[in-house]
Amino acid sequence: MNTIPEQNFLTAEKGLKSWLTTLDHKRIGILYLISITFFFFVGGLFALMIRLELMFPQDEFFIKLDDFNQVFTLHGVIMIFLVIIPSVPAVLGNFVLPLQLGAKDVAFPRLNLASWYLYMFGASFALFSIFTGGVDTGWTFYAPYSTTIDRSVISMTMAVFIIGFSSIFTGLNFIVTIHKLRAPGMTWFRMPLFAWSIYATGILQVVATPVIGITVVLLVLERLLGIGIFDPTMGGDPVLFQHFFWFYSHPAVYIMILPGMGIISETITAMAHKNIFGYKAIAYSSLGIAFTSFLVWGHHMFVSGQSEFAAMVFSFLTFFVAIPSAIKVFNWIATLYKGSISLDTPMLYTFSFLILFTIGGLTGLFLGTLSVNVTLSDTYFVVAHFHYVMMGGSIIAFLAGLHYWWPKIWGRMYNEKLAKIACGMVFVGFNVTFISQFLLGLKGMPRRYATFTSEFAQLNGFSSWGAFLLGAGLLLTAIYLIHAVYKGKPAGNNPWGALTLEWTTSSPPPHNNFEKSPTAHYGPYDFDKIVVESTLDD
Amino acid sequence: MSEHSTPHVLPLRVYLGIGAILLIFTIITVIAAQIDLGFLNIVIALAIATTKALLVAFFFMHLYYDNKLLFLIFASSIFFLTVLISLTMFDTLRRGDIYEIRDINIEQDAIIYDESSSVGADTSGTNH
Ligand SMILES: [Cu+2]
Repeated sequence: MNTIPEQNFLTAEKGLKSWLTTLDHKRIGILYLISITFFFFVGGLFALMIRLELMFPQDEFFIKLDDFNQVFTLHGVIMIFLVIIPSVPAVLGNFVLPLQLGAKDVAFPRLNLASWYLYMFGASFALFSIFTGGVDTGWTFYAPYSTTIDRSVISMTMAVFIIGFSSIFTGLNFIVTIHKLRAPGMTWFRMPLFAWSIYATGILQVVATPVIGITVVLLVLERLLGIGIFDPTMGGDPVLFQHFFWFYSHPAVYIMILPGMGIISETITAMAHKNIFGYKAIAYSSLGIAFTSFLVWGHHMFVSGQSEFAAMVFSFLTFFVAIPSAIKVFNWIATLYKGSISLDTPMLYTFSFLILFTIGGLTGLFLGTLSVNVTLSDTYFVVAHFHYVMMGGSIIAFLAGLHYWWPKIWGRMYNEKLAKIACGMVFVGFNVTFISQFLLGLKGMPRRYATFTSEFAQLNGFSSWGAFLLGAGLLLTAIYLIHAVYKGKPAGNNPWGALTLEWTTSSPPPHNNFEKSPTAHYGPYDFDKIVVESTLDD
Repeated sequence: MSEHSTPHVLPLRVYLGIGAILLIFTIITVIAAQIDLGFLNIVIALAIATTKALLVAFFFMHLYYDNKLLFLIFASSIFFLTVLISLTMFDTLRRGDIYEIRDINIEQDAIIYDESSSVGADTSGTNH
């Protein structure tokens, strides 16, 4: 029978103050987890409001036409800037990365805590903006609308600015940690692939995020002083805003998906009990994705009025992004071949990811094709594609990671039966919601409309019911995960029988992570060389 | 970097030499500004400015002697800035270039797809 060790990072200090002043990367990860979960449910509530309004064709069924624009804007801003971008790196990266490297903490523990405070500071700006006029520009803040309307654009974009710094600090911290704090024997190519993906994400965070910071500062200056950089009557160019915005926001898509891909590399090897197929290919493809993601931003602007030449170049370059992503997917599938696969919850989420991300990625190629894009621009097809990548990719991978590391974080196992039911609800609910939207988009329903004609009624109703099922599945997930924190069965050090270093320490880990400094004697997935005892007793 | 505790110091004459070169380049800039060389004006001005900036970075700021990783970071930031500006200029410099459609004549009596029958119905070509 497994027991919870008396001395662990959760019991090391007590009281709210000990949490708010902690420098322990594990506790900071949990602080992020709590705040991000809160915003995830706020953003989810906005999503359900959208689906409730769009359940039936009549106007103002649930919300006023004018409020509808605010609701979808807030859904987007919250989910992207406050949830998905920080989710995997700041929660799981914080908790797991130093453990996987065999380190005591991240390189700069104080900076780590500061980045959480910056995140909360930025989030408070976002909340302030919601209650003082709101924003209805969409999450992209396009000029000239955003520079001219009478709403709280400044506080919302400042929220993005501040949270951007939080993201840069996190990325910087992880890059230095990976360079400097690897345990003896942990060479670059003995690092778990999750660490590689966090490394590539860190580069993106450090290189791309300043550009969105500068962009929103220009937007604010434009509103306050009318400097005219985006105003054609003063020699400016509104399309320039879109260039600057997407120079960050396309790589940001990879800030959101790369860490998720790292999680999948971990869960798929641990659950198949097999060495990863093509370690170096997966590691390098993370860097390849990071690099190519900087060259393709114009594919968001095919109908913006940018030059035909630029559109052709961007369309051509976009296809290169598919290569490193496909390398990963093929390698994961090959890893499963002849593996001894356990169908625990993390594996079910991993399968969900493989299916949903592949659909999301392939429909991205449709949209990257210039001629097809012109037809599908601003339809629900784009919305569906984006959600398949961001929700079906990033969030599903995050859930896979949460279920995989939950017993390590709290030392306790959740109810596997409920977890599998919830996973099924999420998978079915998600597909019902967004396959309908692919079809709606193909039929020509434009996005961001509060109302629609009756020919779209059936699919919209279907999509809404899917969203409610998805929401119920996520709520159930929150309930059993929280229940497990207090009442779950002790999980033991290594419930999945994995080989990476975080499973060699106790669950929950002690304050300093390891009783004695670990050494990496073998690769992270050398299942063919090592036999480990799994500690999950049924 | 922090591996060796004493800071790296160059002999004084190197600093003075670099300073002199920077001054000479400044004089060249002033002289070049007097002569109109057409499109070369901007090329020359930028080339001189870049050289001066590199000299400052390499010697005054010790990039040349420091850990090569720092040079990589410096170079990549220049690279990404170049990407941002040049790809944006693919758009802004060529706006309004419309490519001619050649050799494709629209046939007036072409069969237009019609959902209600398998035979092409609407052949007038005037309406949608
Ligand atoms: Cu993109």
